[in-house]
Amino acid sequence: MTHHVLNMPIDEAQARALKLGDTVTLEKTLFGIRDATLIAMFDKDRRTRFDLKGHAVIHTAPNVKKVDTRPGNNSGYEPVCIGTTTSMRMERFTKQLMQREGVRIIIGKGGMGPATLDALKEFGGVYLAIVGGAAALETTWIEEIEDVDMDDLHPESLWKFRIKGFGPLLVTMDSHGGSMHAEVNAGAAAKRADVLAKIGGL
Amino acid sequence: MQVDIKEIEEVAKTLYIRALKLLPTDIKQGFERLMRDETSTTGKTVLGTMVENIAVAERTKNLLCQDTGIPIYNIKIGRDVSLDGAAMKEAIRRGCERATKEHPLRSSVVHPITRKNEQTSCGIGVPVINIDFDERPETLEIEMIPKGSGSENGSFLQMLIPADGVGAVKRFVVDKVIECGGRVCPPTIVGVGIGGTSDVCMHLAKVAATRPLGSKCADEEGARIEAQLSEAVNELGIGPQGLGGRSTSFRVHVEVAATHITMNPVAVNIQCHSARRASATITPGGIAFA
Repeated sequence: MTHHVLNMPIDEAQARALKLGDTVTLEKTLFGIRDATLIAMFDKDRRTRFDLKGHAVIHTAPNVKKVDTRPGNNSGYEPVCIGTTTSMRMERFTKQLMQREGVRIIIGKGGMGPATLDALKEFGGVYLAIVGGAAALETTWIEEIEDVDMDDLHPESLWKFRIKGFGPLLVTMDSHGGSMHAEVNAGAAAKRADVLAKIGGL
Repeated sequence: MQVDIKEIEEVAKTLYIRALKLLPTDIKQGFERLMRDETSTTGKTVLGTMVENIAVAERTKNLLCQDTGIPIYNIKIGRDVSLDGAAMKEAIRRGCERATKEHPLRSSVVHPITRKNEQTSCGIGVPVINIDFDERPETLEIEMIPKGSGSENGSFLQMLIPADGVGAVKRFVVDKVIECGGRVCPPTIVGVGIGGTSDVCMHLAKVAATRPLGSKCADEEGARIEAQLSEAVNELGIGPQGLGGRSTSFRVHVEVAATHITMNPVAVNIQCHSARRASATITPGGIAFA
């Protein structure tokens, strides 16, 4: 169990050094994506002007307010409340996100499935679990909304955040085939029969 | 009591924002109980972060969770209350839209086919407005629930048959809790509807999921199943955020309705740990928020 501070972006070796149960704090840059963003990028082949290579993406659609653009803020938005959504809906996009865009880290809640685990192993990446619903706290880790792309999909735009001390987050899926989510799910399935027997549910 | 429609609009706006920022006392107490009983180190850390978030939201006057949800307004009209019902529904919609634009809030509502977001938190049939009547004299109660989607996606209906028995009802609930794992943002309140027609059954599950902690099913048999299932789901080891631990749910809540001789329906609707709700009670003495 090691704590890592990562200045984004990172390379493959840095991603593969992260192991299940390690904790991570991210610095500098983080991108926000969600269902509509990924559908546009991969089902409709829309390309972003952002370079996501080696970066981390978080499953989010933020609450924002409009402001004037200024140096360091090309988006015209300020954060109101930024949190994290359930990752599993985006399962079928992980491989393309890593293969085509070069993403190394996916941050979300609730974990992801076998297709993601395979992609993390093949390309070298991790899934970091954040505490879902803790958005007020998460917002304090975001300094600025630096830029935004595909804002016609608002709030499911592609967001570029400048972050400071974003974490600690937990490595729950790594590039070595480990998944804490799969472990917990298998544990629950194993306890099912006993639990049901006690309440006359078998 | 004659109800001022302008007042309803203001209350609808205020309630949406209040619900998103202030967690009800019973849920905060629920966290204290889970923290005491949790044995997993990861589970304790995750619960600690959730409790810290509640304090940060209060201190920074920010939203607890970024998901502004599907706005639901539950209206209870007491005796001797006079109002223009259609105007009330319009006023609630305006209040909901104003909260979204004036705060501002993320509009989480889209057309189900085109996926177009009007950026108003409103659309066809949304906000959801449920209207009921009760005995209280000269009282109008408006409860607002911003129902988060991560847990709303944990919704299930099964039209079981009488031969399946009550055992199958319990099995269905436990299996759905296992299936949802960490996706529904545990610790949850698992809402269970038993009986009725299919639509009533699903609605009962939502009523159960959004009932305050500490409340009990009014039906004795329902209350018994509620207690059994509450113990059962916390033995699965799913834990906070599905990362392991005892605290899978604050509580399982059951609501029941009579059903047909050929039917045995069961529904599940889950509420995440950000179990937000706010209410206002309007009487001749004024408005009281809770």
